[in-house]
Amino acid sequence: MTAERDVPRATEPARRRRWTRDSVETRVFSVLRPVVIVALVIATLFPFYYMILLSVRSLDELLQAPGALWMSLGELQLDSYVSVLTSEEEGGQGFLTFMRNSALVTLGTVVVTLLVSIPGAYAVSRLDFFGRRQVSALFLGVYFFPSILLAVPLFVFFTRIGLRGSLWGLLIVYVAQVIAVSIYMLRNYFETLPVSLEEAAAIDGCSRLGIMRRINLPLALPAIMANGLFVFMIAWNEFLFALLFLLDQRDSWTVSLGLSQLAGSLEIPTTVLMAGSVILTLPIIVVFFAAERFLTQGLTAGAVKG
Amino acid sequence: MSTTTPARNRRRRRSPMARAEARAGIGLLTPTLVIVTAVVVLPILWTIVLSFQEMRLINLVTTGLFGSFTLENFHVALLSPGFVQALINTLAYSVFGTGFAVAIGLIAALALRKPFRGRTLVRASMLLPYVAPIVAVTFVWTTMLNPQFGIVNHWGQRFLGWEEPIPFLTQRSTDISLFGWDISVPVALLTVIAFEAWRSFPFAFLFLTARLQAVPETLEEAARVDGATPTQRFRHILLPQLLPTIAMLSVLRFIWTFNAFDDIYLLTGGGAGTEVVAVRVFDFLTARGDIGAASAQAMVLAVILAVLVGVYLRRFGRREEAS
Repeated sequence: MTAERDVPRATEPARRRRWTRDSVETRVFSVLRPVVIVALVIATLFPFYYMILLSVRSLDELLQAPGALWMSLGELQLDSYVSVLTSEEEGGQGFLTFMRNSALVTLGTVVVTLLVSIPGAYAVSRLDFFGRRQVSALFLGVYFFPSILLAVPLFVFFTRIGLRGSLWGLLIVYVAQVIAVSIYMLRNYFETLPVSLEEAAAIDGCSRLGIMRRINLPLALPAIMANGLFVFMIAWNEFLFALLFLLDQRDSWTVSLGLSQLAGSLEIPTTVLMAGSVILTLPIIVVFFAAERFLTQGLTAGAVKG
Repeated sequence: MSTTTPARNRRRRRSPMARAEARAGIGLLTPTLVIVTAVVVLPILWTIVLSFQEMRLINLVTTGLFGSFTLENFHVALLSPGFVQALINTLAYSVFGTGFAVAIGLIAALALRKPFRGRTLVRASMLLPYVAPIVAVTFVWTTMLNPQFGIVNHWGQRFLGWEEPIPFLTQRSTDISLFGWDISVPVALLTVIAFEAWRSFPFAFLFLTARLQAVPETLEEAARVDGATPTQRFRHILLPQLLPTIAMLSVLRFIWTFNAFDDIYLLTGGGAGTEVVAVRVFDFLTARGDIGAASAQAMVLAVILAVLVGVYLRRFGRREEAS
C-alpha cells in the first residue's frame, strides 16, 4: 500500500525534470553518439573490407552479384593473388618485381634519411653555430613547399642527366622530401634528453662522435624507430615522383605506380587488381598497427604531409 | 670608449671550444644541406627561370640555362582556356575539402571522447584512410562508384530507388529540381571533395583528440554544476579552447589540398570538371611537353597560395599566438 502511494510522488518531479533543455540534450546525444561512432567506423573501414572481399572473389561472381557483402568460405579463392604476383612473361602482372622495387627504394630512403638526419638533428638541437635558426626556417619552408612545383624542374633535370628511370634518382628525391620533417621530429626528441648526461660523458673524455654514439643514439632509439617507420610509410605510399621518373620503364615500377598504370587497362580483371591493392596496403597496415602509438605521436609532432 | 672595446672584442672572439662546436655543427649538418640545396632549393630557383623561358621537352638539350627570357608563358598560362576554371576548381576543392575534413574530424573526436570498450582500436582504425596508400584507396573508390558493377550504384538502385546508375566520377553535372528550382550539381567535383573529406578527416581527428585530452576537466565540471547544457558547454567551454587547433588544421589542410595532385589525378584524371591546377601542370609537363607553361602555372599556383596564407597569417596570426 505504502509503496503504491510512494511511486507517483517519486516520479512526478522526475518527469518534470526530464523535459529541461539539459536532459533533452543529454538524451539526444546519448543516442546520437553510438550512431555517429558506428557510422564513422563503417565509413572508414568499409572500403578496406570491400578491397579484401573483391580480392578473394572471382570476377564472374562479382558481375553476377555486385551487391553481395559476404561470401561463403567455399567461394573463397586466391587466384587473383597468384595472377597478380606471377611475372609478366608467365601471364601475370609481375607485382613481385614491383614489390622488390618498392622495398628497395623505401628501405633505401629510410636508411639514407636516418643516416643524414640523426647527425643533422643532433647539430640543430645541441650545437650552437652560425645560421642555426635560419636552417630551421629553411627546413620549414622546404616542408611546406608544394611538390608539384618541384616536379617540373626535377623532371627536366633528371631527364637531362639521364637519371630518369633509375631508382637511385627517386631515392634521392624521397630523401629530400622527408629529411626536413625527420630532422624536426628527431630534434624535438633530442631536446627532451638531459644535457647533463652528455656533459658527464664529455668530462670522462668522450669525443663528440662518441657521445652521439654512446649516449644520444641509445636514448633516442624509440624516436629513431618511430621516425624510420614514418619515413617508410611516406616513401612506400609516394606516387607523383614515381609516376614522373619511372613511367617509361616497367621493370622499375613501384607497386603504387604499377597499380595505377594497370588500373586503366580493360584486359585485367578488377578482382586481380584488388589483390594488388591489398598487397600494396598490407605493409602499411602492419607497420601502422605495430607502431600505432609511436606513429600517432609522430604524426602530431611532424604533421605528415598528405 | 677605449675601455669597452677590449671587452666587446673578447665577447666577439669566441673560445676555441665554441668554434669547434660551430665547426662540428656545420659539419654534421652538411649532408642535409647539400641534399636540400641540390634537390629542393636549386630546382625551385630553376622553376622561376624556366617560367620565363620558352622551353619544350623536345629542345631540352639545346636550350641553355639562361636563354632568352619572355613573358609569353604567363600570357599563355593565364589566358589559355581552362586555367581560370582550374583555379576556381582548385579553390572549391580546397575550401570544401578542408571544411568537411575538419568538421568530420571534430565530430569524430567529440564522439570518441568518453572511454568505452574497444575505443583504442576504433581510434586506431579511424586513421586508416589517412595512412593507406593513395593509389589503393582511390582504386577501391573508383571500383565502388563504378556504374556497372560498383556496390554504391547497385545499392542505390536497389534500396534508394535510383532510376539509373550515377557515373560519379565521369559526369560533369546533373540537373536536380528541388522545390521547383533547377539546380545544376557538379557531380564529379562533389565526389572528389567527398573523397578528400574521407581521406583527410583522420588528420583533423588526431590533432583534435590530442587537444581534447589536454582540456582541463574542472572547467566543464564547473559549467555543469552551474547548469550549462551539453551544447552550451561545447559552445562556451570546449570550442574556444579548440579554436586555435582548428585554425591551424584548416591552414595546413588548405595548403596541402590546394597543391594536391594524386587524389584527383587518380580518381578522374582531371576530367569531368575536376581539373585542378596541379593536374594541369602535370599535363602541360608530360602530355604537351611545354615546360615553360607548366612552370608558369606552377608559379601562379604557388604565388596565389602564398598570398592567401600570408593574408590569413596577417589577419589571424597574432590572435592565434596570443591564445
